Amino acid sequence: MATHGTDTDGPILECRNLSLSYFTRAGEIPAVVDFNLTLGPGESVGLVGESGCGKSTVALGIMRYMGHNGGIVGGQVIYKGTDLATLGEEEIRQLRGNEISMVYQEPMASLNPSMTLGKQLMEVPLYHEQVSEREAYDRAHSILGDVKIPDPERVMTSYPHQVSGGQQQRVVIAMALLSNPSLLLLDEPTTALDVTVEAGIIELIRELSGKFNTSMIYISHNLGLILATCDRVNVMYSGVVVEEGSVGEVFDHMRHPYTKGLFSAIPLPGADKTTHPLVPIRGQLPLPHERPPGCYFGPRCDFFQAGRCDQTTTLGTIEMFSVEGEAGHQVRCLRWDDIDWEAYQPEGLAGETLERGKEVLAVKDMRKYYELRDNSIAAMITGKRVRYIKANESISFKAHECETVAIVGESGCGKSTFAKVLMGLETATAGEVIFNGQDIANLPVQKRSPEQIGSMQMVFQNPFDTLNPSHSVGAQLARVIRKFGVESDKHKVEQRVMELLDLVKLPRDFARRRPRQLSGGQKQRVGIARAFAGNPAMVVADEPVSALDVSVQAAVTGLLMDIQRTYRTTLLFISHDLSLVRYLADRVVVMYLGSIMEQGATDEVFAPPYHPYTEALLSAVPIADTSIEKKRIILEGSLPSVLDPPKGCPFNTRCPRHRGTICETERPPQVEFSSGHVIACHIPRDELEAMEPVIIQVKKDRPAAQ
Amino acid sequence: MTDQALDTPRREPAILRALKSIALMRESVVGMIGFALVLFWVLVAIFADFLAPYLPNAQDVTMIYAAPGSVASNGGTYLLGADDLGRDILSRIIHGARRVLTYAPLATFCAYLVGVPMGLAAGYRRGWIDDVLSFIANIILSFPVLVLYVIVISTFGASAVNIVIAVTFASAPGIFRIVRGLTLDLRTREYVFAAETRGESPWYIMLVEILPNARGPLIVDVCLRVGYVIITIGVLGFLGLGLPPPDPDWGGMINETRSMAMIFPWMAVFPCIAISSLVLGFNLLADGLREVSLRD
Repeated sequence: MATHGTDTDGPILECRNLSLSYFTRAGEIPAVVDFNLTLGPGESVGLVGESGCGKSTVALGIMRYMGHNGGIVGGQVIYKGTDLATLGEEEIRQLRGNEISMVYQEPMASLNPSMTLGKQLMEVPLYHEQVSEREAYDRAHSILGDVKIPDPERVMTSYPHQVSGGQQQRVVIAMALLSNPSLLLLDEPTTALDVTVEAGIIELIRELSGKFNTSMIYISHNLGLILATCDRVNVMYSGVVVEEGSVGEVFDHMRHPYTKGLFSAIPLPGADKTTHPLVPIRGQLPLPHERPPGCYFGPRCDFFQAGRCDQTTTLGTIEMFSVEGEAGHQVRCLRWDDIDWEAYQPEGLAGETLERGKEVLAVKDMRKYYELRDNSIAAMITGKRVRYIKANESISFKAHECETVAIVGESGCGKSTFAKVLMGLETATAGEVIFNGQDIANLPVQKRSPEQIGSMQMVFQNPFDTLNPSHSVGAQLARVIRKFGVESDKHKVEQRVMELLDLVKLPRDFARRRPRQLSGGQKQRVGIARAFAGNPAMVVADEPVSALDVSVQAAVTGLLMDIQRTYRTTLLFISHDLSLVRYLADRVVVMYLGSIMEQGATDEVFAPPYHPYTEALLSAVPIADTSIEKKRIILEGSLPSVLDPPKGCPFNTRCPRHRGTICETERPPQVEFSSGHVIACHIPRDELEAMEPVIIQVKKDRPAAQ
Repeated sequence: MTDQALDTPRREPAILRALKSIALMRESVVGMIGFALVLFWVLVAIFADFLAPYLPNAQDVTMIYAAPGSVASNGGTYLLGADDLGRDILSRIIHGARRVLTYAPLATFCAYLVGVPMGLAAGYRRGWIDDVLSFIANIILSFPVLVLYVIVISTFGASAVNIVIAVTFASAPGIFRIVRGLTLDLRTREYVFAAETRGESPWYIMLVEILPNARGPLIVDVCLRVGYVIITIGVLGFLGLGLPPPDPDWGGMINETRSMAMIFPWMAVFPCIAISSLVLGFNLLADGLREVSLRD
């Protein structure tokens, strides 16, 4: 491969009119059409788009890794001047992992669970460069230092399951960098990670591209991450790039209605549920073999002109136009020059602010411990036969009618356990949970009355899992209606099923459909309908939109708020997405390792004084707005085990504002800053109040595209 | 959309849906071969009375040990020859299909009737129920099956009912394990969690929420298991523990002619071919079903 290394003047990678297809029994499925990309040395390009837009296929196509039923059907992939199509299988294998490396979404799936990490790292130079064992070890060791792993010796001798998810992904990145590749493909490398861990990885990726002068293609559905990592961005929709340009141009002066739609659908700091609501993109992504003629975005576009936008061309879709005066900014829209963005006022899902009503839920000093029996001999000798997992420790907060309370925290913070106690699947170890005047802390679901069960229901996270694939939508809704004793007469039940489908804005004939015939967003709507079947006073929504695409997220969130307004429901919104929480919650409860760190009204929590953990969380959230600057706080270390939680303040092991021994020995006091705004921290009050905001708006307003 | 159309949620009749899934099988060549073999034997069993040239137990002294293709004194042809009592082997195989295709599915069904609820309970409830049931299943599975059959049938006597009981006893643990494994996976789904949060009873969750979603692997297992049971019934027949004579039973036919099989091989070979082809049919059908279900 010596020939590739010498030619570094030209671009590292060029894709020219690349078209990729899969071949199935339904025929050819064009996954990517007319893809162009030029990547210079050290440059990083983002591919952004919703699921099914072909962004991962591009990466696989570049690696020539599309499997037996897919391949390049047109165009070229040129790597350092060589057309990859001309290379044989053996040559391309040499290229992969040596010149071109890839990092996937799931670190656990990329690592071999039965080999130590050191061995896996050493394999790369051993196989690709035939170096000695000693040298391979040294290089593996030093690269682990480069990816900021604090104790490389321990990690080298560990198996993948013995290190945390963030460290696993760091090892995967280290492995990708070991052969000093010219091109690194990153396919959603942080999607499986918690937000504070993600921030560390993003920081690392940004540093590494400078240090190793590696060109990068960063694939993500998250515009904020693209902003943080890339110089240029390609926005993809249904297999084509609809807009391409530098990050600044595309984020601030977008020309394509789809790009505009994406930015209107995500909760940026300026969005507000009453004055500047999110705007969902109507309709659905077309299936690859059902794309409309002309512009693929046409049926969902507010600027669609019949006869012009739906004309068929030889290319199959519209060609790219260069935006005058902005070199490299291209857009696949016939009307890019004549859309008047100033006059464009898309209809959002606005609604009036609601007065909160009576108290619905009061949690008082609720604890949930799980008992863990240790039957080992060591435990018998020391006498510590029973250990406790403190999943929830002294949880106290209130929720009122018509209010949205968000519980925020990373995985393992105890928010799911709390939901289980609320729903009666677990009973509390101590404390009270007063719901509608009754203590339900120790009332398992079997002992609750149908009214009690029906008045508190849940919306689940995973749309592909929330409905039973074996039963029709109507049957599943009807069961809930009967179970809660809302109706029992067959016709009235059916009538109620139809009403519920109307409520979530789904066509009535969906009652007869099976879940697999529904899209993710539609399934989630049915999930919401199911939760509202018993006219609930409170709905617990566990990450209800985190698995959905951006444009659908806005619609489902809007729907949820809409129903809340109609029924004056209390919404308990469990989420890790702080942007979304800021947008829709009235009150926020921040949890870490089973304890509440901070709670208060949304504005209070998102502004100083902060709990140090809230501060770190806010700093970690990627925001897709070029006018925002954030204070950079990267948390060291990983989440402690719930089995062996730190003494004193749970956050003391990772806290950047650590105060010394007091944090390690005493539980922090609950300090009330204003009515309802409580921070649990040892830092003195005046010092907390003197904190600077994490998120700073630099430019006044995001200028609209001309 | 009118309300009228909604009051009667129309669904395709079950038969139509079943036919459609069979039509899907066309995608798999292996599956179609299996399906054809099974269908062939099913049709043979149904129309045995019309297809068999002779009564299965009719003896013709002149035809004892007759070779395949021999012509009888009354002009009839013994296509596959005759056995030691001068009975037409073809007719006995045709009527034997009827027996094997009655008892093998029946025994499999009974095994499922026992194994499925136990597997569901163990997988869903876990804890001590799982410990006890898994322990029992492991004990049965660790026992040599053949010895088990011999003990059961020689204790209670060789009859159709006892064969079904013995097969159920030996197959149920295997089914228990499969169902338990599937349940352990399915119980973590959010729709199960949703059913729990609305206070459904455990048996409702197991039978309505979990079991229908386990049907894919179970249908494949049914086909495989019917094949194994056919072999088992054949082996029992061969050991003289099978269905009581004189009615024809494929395993029994091989057993009865064992001593003369070296000289008159057709008496043993043709029943063997019958067993193999039917078992092969079920195995290929299972492979085809698996192949089709893994697509898309």
